[in-house]
Amino acid sequence: MSDIPDRVRKIVVEHLGVEEDKVTESASFIDDLGADSLDTVELVMAFEEEFGIEIPDDAAETIQTFGDAVKFIKEAQ
Amino acid sequence: MFDLTGKCALITGASGGIGGEIAKALHAAGATVGLSGTREAPLQALADELGERAFVLPCNLSDPEAVTALPKQAADAMGSVDILVNNAGITRDNLFMRMSDDEWQSVIDVNLTATYKLCKGVLRGMMKARWGRIVNISSIVGATGNPGQGNYAAAKAGMVGMTKSLAYEVASRGITANAVAPGFIETAMTDKLNDDQKAGILNQVPAGRMGTAQEIAAAVLYLSSPESAYVTGATLHVNGGMAML
Repeated sequence: MSDIPDRVRKIVVEHLGVEEDKVTESASFIDDLGADSLDTVELVMAFEEEFGIEIPDDAAETIQTFGDAVKFIKEAQ
Repeated sequence: MFDLTGKCALITGASGGIGGEIAKALHAAGATVGLSGTREAPLQALADELGERAFVLPCNLSDPEAVTALPKQAADAMGSVDILVNNAGITRDNLFMRMSDDEWQSVIDVNLTATYKLCKGVLRGMMKARWGRIVNISSIVGATGNPGQGNYAAAKAGMVGMTKSLAYEVASRGITANAVAPGFIETAMTDKLNDDQKAGILNQVPAGRMGTAQEIAAAVLYLSSPESAYVTGATLHVNGGMAML
């Protein structure tokens, strides 16, 4: 459980090609990390696979920041 | 040129004249093909003719649940869906003033909504692969209109707008989405026309003849190939000059 933030961070870093220290709790994928809307869809797909969970579309829309993603995944597991 | 070795293609309406030729063309270029259609016997006959690299995937496109399930069935059978050809289509012709809601809806459901759902269903795999080809078979009447085909023309024109929007969204991921718009093609559908109707049509075709299913398949083959990577959101009109769009 405790490694969720690290695994999420790794996906974000790999997918968006950003520095690891930029991926802070409040970092917005779109505003701070340079993602476009399709990137956010792909990130959600990657989270689903990494953690073996289903993230419905309406929930996916609420995942805007790194912190949002970690929180959602922790609750989903 | 046009080597599809290692690519897997799902073709709807593969039991029909044009769909069958599309399947043959992609298969001949090296692709593995998933043959979808409502009638299993002709699909099986085509698969037997093609031999290896051919899978039969029966699906009734007017059944929403079956449509939703098809992309996964195709990926399970073939390993992936790299190329999607939405070729299946139905007509329920009637004059606008006589058209029933059911005639309207069934044509929209099969020709447009099923196309949307299948595109959506294959995108995830294509996004991950950073490669994909979607070819939607529209029609000349989607651009020109045709009396008695308000429903069909609406679906086929809708397909073009949808294809362009999709093309925008996924272009940066190596996925192209294009339409092919056949004119009058020799198929079971046009065989129903009587000689006078055919003569009337041919007067409007500068090429002076109907097109063949193979000529549609050749356009689809190009738009499915690696060579067409820079063509997206386009509608390729294959109509002998009947409408120069």
